[in-house]
Order: sequence, then structure tokens, then C-alpha cells
Amino acid sequence: MTDSVTARTGEGPSAEAIESAWRRVQLARHPQRPRTLDLVPLMFEGFTELHGDRAFGDDPAIVGGPALLEGRPIMIIGHQKGTDTESNISRNFGSPHPEGFRKAQRLMRLADKIGIPVVTFLDTAGAFPGPAAEERGQAEAIAASIKLMTGLQVPIVVVVLGEGGSGGALAIGVGDRVLALENSVYSVISPEGASSILWRSRDEARTAAAALRMTATDQLELGVVDAIIPEPGEGAHSDHAATARAVRAAILAALRELAAYGTAELLETRYARARGMGAYLETGTGSRRPPEASSLRRRIGRILHLPGVPRRPRWSEIWPSADDDADTERGA
Amino acid sequence: MPIKFPFSRRAAPSDAWTKCPSCDAQVFNKQLERSQRLCPSCGHHFRMSIGERIDLLIDPGTFEERDAGLESVDRLGFHDDRPYADRLEASQLKTGLRDAVVWGVGDIEGRRVAIGIFDFRFMGGSMGSVVGEKLARCFETALVERIPAIVVSASGGARMQEGTLSLMQLAKTTAPLVRLDVAGVPFISVLTDPTTGGVLASFASLGDVVLAEPKALIGFAGARVASGTVGEEMPEGFQSAEFLLAHGFVDAVVPRQELRGTLARLLRLLPVPAVDDGAADDDDRSWGPLGALSGFAERLGGAVSETIGIDVEAPSANGSGPEERT
Repeated sequence: MTDSVTARTGEGPSAEAIESAWRRVQLARHPQRPRTLDLVPLMFEGFTELHGDRAFGDDPAIVGGPALLEGRPIMIIGHQKGTDTESNISRNFGSPHPEGFRKAQRLMRLADKIGIPVVTFLDTAGAFPGPAAEERGQAEAIAASIKLMTGLQVPIVVVVLGEGGSGGALAIGVGDRVLALENSVYSVISPEGASSILWRSRDEARTAAAALRMTATDQLELGVVDAIIPEPGEGAHSDHAATARAVRAAILAALRELAAYGTAELLETRYARARGMGAYLETGTGSRRPPEASSLRRRIGRILHLPGVPRRPRWSEIWPSADDDADTERGA
Repeated sequence: MPIKFPFSRRAAPSDAWTKCPSCDAQVFNKQLERSQRLCPSCGHHFRMSIGERIDLLIDPGTFEERDAGLESVDRLGFHDDRPYADRLEASQLKTGLRDAVVWGVGDIEGRRVAIGIFDFRFMGGSMGSVVGEKLARCFETALVERIPAIVVSASGGARMQEGTLSLMQLAKTTAPLVRLDVAGVPFISVLTDPTTGGVLASFASLGDVVLAEPKALIGFAGARVASGTVGEEMPEGFQSAEFLLAHGFVDAVVPRQELRGTLARLLRLLPVPAVDDGAADDDDRSWGPLGALSGFAERLGGAVSETIGIDVEAPSANGSGPEERT
């Protein structure tokens, strides 16, 4: 899908947009917001948590295991934040280490083996960026999870519960249907991270939240999310049971739709979904070629080693190194 | 960092010399160009432009750029201290590129490959929709033409100015790799200074073979992200090519002088298997030069064939992969 929606011009987000985006961020991070393990017992029967990645350890920031939905088994995988300081510390605030993603991979393979759908719940500020995580291959763990999900031969339904934080969220967030709770957010980088990198200040998180277009509505418009699940009352934190009912109904509807797909069709559609993400223009400009001297001049020039006559066309002439390698731009 | 050359009568350009960040030697820029951008005194690997990388790796006259016309759009209307559109334009002017990746097909010692190359100077080599689309097309072409795929990465990660659309490029560039696995088409990932964030957390970590240039900065979280989020400083020299090699995430650290030769050798050693137009079924794979041994039962029965003499020079040099074997 070539999405050529034109650029909006202006001076960045309005005060109103900033206010509204930040309200969503705060709701998504609300301490009483239902976590994966709050909702799972309210939605499914017989959930049996399975632990460990079979290689290094068990990451409490990701939980998972089989459960029953209307009598049929499904595999559940979700980020798990804590509900108070103590549990947040033991859950590492829901920020997984590589072993969390590898546990998720192991559970996905099990679901694939016995042919049951996978349902994932996203609620993380992001994958943990500390030294231990680097040492055990955080990037590889995320990459391998994404790859596994794109080829998994069972239906995958993804629910963004709270914070969908970058690669740590996407690692269990590639699916056939992506649903988002009304006050959830999804972003390539935390607003605080964007503030410190792009604005080079810690104080622009609110502006960044609006500029990044993190809200569920924005994500629906961008095509990242397929449907929004309405929240009760003041927000999901005000009524866990009602939230669970709404999420359960949405998962059930998505799984019913996906049940109609054969495996090949399922994989084809999931591929097309991932493949179609993004916005770019196809300008039709032709490719460049390095300049080549005329053949007589070239031949004589090469024999006599005349200056200015290239021995052969060099791509470095059209794409050379500049003198400044200043590190002025960053990615996430 | 370029320095002035104050006492030259010819008013030498200010960028005639570069100070080596490793050994502080003053290196003549012309010499850097001639020496594959390696410091002549300590071997420090300076970053390369895409053009220099093509000249380094691809047989002269064989590279054809593909999808040159793809151009980024500002879907979010993103504006930090200046609009995304301005940043794009500044990078385009600085580098002569349309975006941070060029991809195309070309030969490495006579073997055709699909190759994508990053330029870090274009918005930190960040991956937005155009970069993701180009790399996905690179992989898909490798799949259709059954030629190996190579990506030379140099990137700070996902392009924040495109929001979650850039995050979704992680899935977009990774999905085709599943198909390459099924089709038996190898993918070689080359990590150069620096490769971090979303690029490392997607295709770049997933090469069948992952090579890295010496001392390249390679890691998931950039130092600024990490210290901002975790509130602790990363130890010095922590996210290096050598560190990843020691921890098992990189196959080899290859000095730039040996990169082309190493790639050429890997392409010979890991040929794309020939397809049999559906004549044979999938389970009946032949084992290359050991084809006569392919029947597992036969091997168990001890019927070792005399064709065991392996000719390591056997793979053809015509670039189209190995000949059909029985």
C-alpha cells in the first residue's frame, strides 16, 4: 500500500493536542489499570502459567501459558507490569529481558505445534536497555520473535492493553488482528526518550507524546491497529470486570473471523499486512549511474594515466563521503 | 574532525585532513579515499559512503540500482525543533541520496547478489518507510531471482519522525526472511559502525551469517536511550563488534580489507540450491557433491558410494549458483 497522504505543515502539535495525548499516556500508565494477569482470569478458564525460556531463566516481565476460551484452548502471552512498588520491582516494570522474549517464542512454538491460536497482550514501556540485556542479545531476541510471529501457522490476535512500547512491544505484537483499548498508546519510542533525543531535553515528553501520534485513534488511522475496544467509565482502571468483558468479546470476534482462513491464506494475509505498513512516494525517478568518460578519452587517459580520467566508473563519485561525519541525527 | 591548515599559501581546503578518533593521527583525506577509509597508522575503520561501499564490494560495472525513486513522506506532520520535511531535505542535500538506503543487484566476484547499503549520514541511517520498503524489495528480489541477499547496515534504528510506521518496518523487513528460509536463499548481514536500535532488533540480527567490521558500535539501546531510561551509564567499549562476537551474536569480525573476499568465499560455500521445477518432492533433497549418499537408508546400510571425493572447486563461477545436480 502506497500511502501518499500529504504532509501537514505547522509548528508542531497544538496545546490542545498535547493536553489530550498526555491524558491518554497517563491513563495508559495508570497504576490501577488492569494488567495481563488481572484480565486473564476474568476472560479465560484454566489459565496455566508456564515458566522459563529453557536457556537462561524466567522473566517475570512476560507471562504466558495455555487457557480456554469458550472451551477451546488458546495460548496467552503478555507483558506483566506490577501493581505496586514491590511487584513492579520484581516484574522489572514490565520491561522484558531477552529471556522473556525467548520464553514467548517457546510458547508460540508450542501453540504452533498443537495448532491453537495465540493471543498476546502488550503493556510495556519497552524492552529493558540495560547491560545484562545487551549481553544476552536483546536485539536478537526481539528480531527472532518478530520473525517467528510472521511465519507462525496459527491465528494471532494482539491486544494493546496499556503501553505499546517500541520493539519490546512489537516482539510479541505481530499478528493477524491488532486491537487496542481506547486509552492505550503505541509508540516507536517513549515520549521521554523522544524528548531527550529529538528535543535534547527531559521536559518535552508531553510535546513528544502528541507529535508521535501515540493514541489508539491515531494508530487506527495509521493502519497499525485494526479496531479499538471501548473502555468503561473513566477508563479501564475504573472497572476491570467490564474491561475484561469488552476485551474478551473483541478477541472472540477476531478469532471467529480468522477461523475462516486456511493456513496459506492466513500467512499470506499476515505477510501483506506487515508488508503494507508505511507511507512513501513512488516518484519514478530513474537510478543513477557513475559518470564514465567517453571511450576514446578514457582509453588514452588510462594508458597515459591522465589526471581526471577515472580508471573505471566509480560510485563513490556520485555518493562520496562528506567531510563531516558529525553525529547529528539519531534513531530508536 | 577537519582541521585548518593555516600556513599553506594555496589555502588548502579545510577538510584536507581528518583527525583519527582512535589514534589522533592527522590523516590526509585523499589518502583515506585511497585506503578504503582506513586509518593508515592504526587501521581505524572510518564510516563509508554508499558509493565507496559499492566500489569496495561489487564488481566494477555490474551494480544496478533499483527503486531509486522511492521518497519519504511526512505522514505524521512531525515537528520537533524543525519539521521532518526539512530534516529530509538537509540530509538529501548533504548526501546526494534520496533516503538512507540504496539497494540494487550486482556481482561479487562473479556471483550475483541483491544488496542493500545504508548511509549513516542520512538522518543517522534511520529506518523509515522508504528504507523498510527498499529492503523488503531487496529480499523479495533475492527470493524471486534465487540470488543471495546482503545488507550492509549503519543505522541508529527506527526513524522516530515516522512514529509507529517506522516501528512497523521491523516486521516489514523481517517477514520476507521467513520466505528466504523456506526457499533456501541465504542472507548475509554485515554490521558496520554503528548499528543499533530497531535495525539491529530486526533483519540485521537475523543473517544466516552475521559479519561485523572491527570496533563497530553495535547494540540494542543507544547510550543516550539507555542512560535516559535506565539512569545508568553504559560501560565503555560495551557494545562493540568484538563484544557481540564473544557473546555469540556475530559470526566473525572482518577487517574491511578482507570483507569482499570473505563475502565472495561465503557465497561459494553457501550456494543457493538449484530448484527442480517440482519434479522431485521436497523430502528427496540431494546433498550436493555427496548426492549419491542422499538416501539415508542407504547410508545406514553401509552402502558408501565411491563418489565421496569432494571437489571443493566444483561450484560454478558464473554467478548463477551451482549447476543442477542429481
